[in-house]
Amino acid sequence: MSYNKKHVSVTLPGVRGLSSSSGPRVCIVGGGPAGFYTAQQLLKARQDAAVDVYERLPVPFGLVRFGVAPDHPEVKNVINTFTQTAQHERCSFHGNVNVGKDVTIDELRQAYHAVVLSYGAEGNRSMGIPGEDLPGVFSAKDFVGWYNGLPSNKELRPDLSCETAVILGQGNVALDVARILLAPVEMLKETDITQNALKALAGSKVRRVLIVGRRGPLQIACTIKELREMVNLPNSRADMLPADFEGIAEALKDLPRPRKRLTELMMKAAKEGGDDKAEKCWGFRFFRSPVEVIAGADGKRATGIRLALNKLEGSGESARAEVTGQMEDVDCGLIISSIGYKSIPIDPAVPFDPRRAIVPNEMGRVQDTAGLYCSGWVKRGPTGVIATTMNDSFDTARVLIQDMEAGKLDLSVNKPGAQAITALLQTRGVRTVLFSQWEKINAEEEKRGKFLGKPREKLLDVDEMLKIWTDARFMSFENCSFKRKLCWILCFMHLFTKYRLYQ
Amino acid sequence: MAASAAVRSAVSLTQRFVRVSPDCSICPLYRLNACTGATDGFTAPSRRLRTSIGVCQSGDSSSPEEEERVVNVVYIDRCGQRIPVQARAGENALHLAHKHGVDLEGACEASLACSTCHVYVSSEHYEKLPEPEEREDDMLDMAPMLQENSRLGCQIVLTPELDGMELTLPKVTRNFYVDGHVPKPH
Repeated sequence: MSYNKKHVSVTLPGVRGLSSSSGPRVCIVGGGPAGFYTAQQLLKARQDAAVDVYERLPVPFGLVRFGVAPDHPEVKNVINTFTQTAQHERCSFHGNVNVGKDVTIDELRQAYHAVVLSYGAEGNRSMGIPGEDLPGVFSAKDFVGWYNGLPSNKELRPDLSCETAVILGQGNVALDVARILLAPVEMLKETDITQNALKALAGSKVRRVLIVGRRGPLQIACTIKELREMVNLPNSRADMLPADFEGIAEALKDLPRPRKRLTELMMKAAKEGGDDKAEKCWGFRFFRSPVEVIAGADGKRATGIRLALNKLEGSGESARAEVTGQMEDVDCGLIISSIGYKSIPIDPAVPFDPRRAIVPNEMGRVQDTAGLYCSGWVKRGPTGVIATTMNDSFDTARVLIQDMEAGKLDLSVNKPGAQAITALLQTRGVRTVLFSQWEKINAEEEKRGKFLGKPREKLLDVDEMLKIWTDARFMSFENCSFKRKLCWILCFMHLFTKYRLYQ
Repeated sequence: MAASAAVRSAVSLTQRFVRVSPDCSICPLYRLNACTGATDGFTAPSRRLRTSIGVCQSGDSSSPEEEERVVNVVYIDRCGQRIPVQARAGENALHLAHKHGVDLEGACEASLACSTCHVYVSSEHYEKLPEPEEREDDMLDMAPMLQENSRLGCQIVLTPELDGMELTLPKVTRNFYVDGHVPKPH
């Protein structure tokens, strides 16, 4: 065997700190698409950068795991890209760490040259109407979290025994919810939807879903792929109001291509409807804003919603809805508000704009705070698809690299990075989950899914997730048996002395 | 020697339990050029791009008649750098880009569920491509800075008549939409 005598740094999976790198250390808060795409670009642009991703849940991937609909598995392929990033030798993932509570932003800033906030939007915009807190009213974020296995939504238990559901908002999330409510169970049971959601949907009596928006067909926020899926839903027909489409045909020719194709499909669906024998129906209702949730006679749950009728002032994307004074009541037992996610402040040390619900920034550099950056929804607001977040994260990474190269970040100071933070978390009793340990959880979910004929059965309980990896026999160095530890130590002592790696 | 055997078995044991494709770059044996490839028969999951027009496996072997079907393609990356590559007819433009280190993302791995492989095709070659199917048009509608000659890279299959084609990666800027459209809240 020939031996290469050049200096090499040896790292063990899951154990940082043996590496002798003295390059920039960057911390990313949030293990979703924004976090991973930012990490990917940083690792590519600087061969000496080390990136650590911190995530509150034991499991990574954020909305790709908890937001993308179960019947959109191809969209989740991006997880493979993120997995490659997480497995990169200069990247490490630390799950089950609540930044802001387990560790502060200031502590992270002391341990790293730069900190990137990519923690997304975990709150939701409220309608701000009476009756919003009645049983039967849910935010789309919670409903989606429920069928996607987000631990904090596992007890949601929506009552699906009513015939009509009303969804406020007409974006892609609203269409996802409508589609999941009306999709045939045979189709859903082969997806990674949670078992309890599947059971609830199998027993659902919901047959009619109305998707309500403040403005008109030309302002609808969903995209054509999702609309096409509604149109093609088996055993369903479209039920819209012709009055809502007055004047639309004439406006078609001036529209940019995406809006034109979307509007044409909508008009076709409104005109053709579908099979009259179809058991289920769905439809858009335009120019309507919610003003009150109507409670039943006992006042204990929602039985309807009062909508105000609007007229449109202006045209195009900037058209505004103006009240007319007219009202309309719709009977329904399930109301889902899908009017937007919302970021929340993470730490008092970080500036936050409560009106726009984002971290104020200039091209990703957090205002008035050197060394602090942001990417994804917390930077620009909760809009766009994965590709949008990707471009945005690449932008932030580019800006960070520029700052490194321009000397705006003092890289001459050695920062301890994950070593210091992991030690700190240990003293606070926080059990971090490394990527290799998530892979154990992943394997368990896939195993359970296989038994049920699904790609995976998600674990719903954080404690259960943590238990899975501690039961593992061979994980990180810290967790292996004494004999194995001794074997590793002897091996590396041998390598170090033989190849003089201690220089 | 015993130490390398220990490392080798430890690494392969890790891989068995963790079921991860072996990342040779972190293994001390590999770094020291002492790896003999003995990882007890563990095979890495192969990344096969499942395109809508067929499965494209990496590492296709060439044969004499295929050498005649060489297609020259030039990628122009986001910095304007020209990257000429030689491809074979039947190859997929996204897969080809990855093979040659061109910075073209393919988040959904060629399953027509995203628009991250959006490219601009040189106009004389754009006409020679088959019409996009409806699903591709749906995804293109979501791509920022859509142009007349926009296509998704994962749907472009190379043929000899596309020889000399130039695929330009859209420059990423803060203003994503050329018509000023701003995506609405989710």
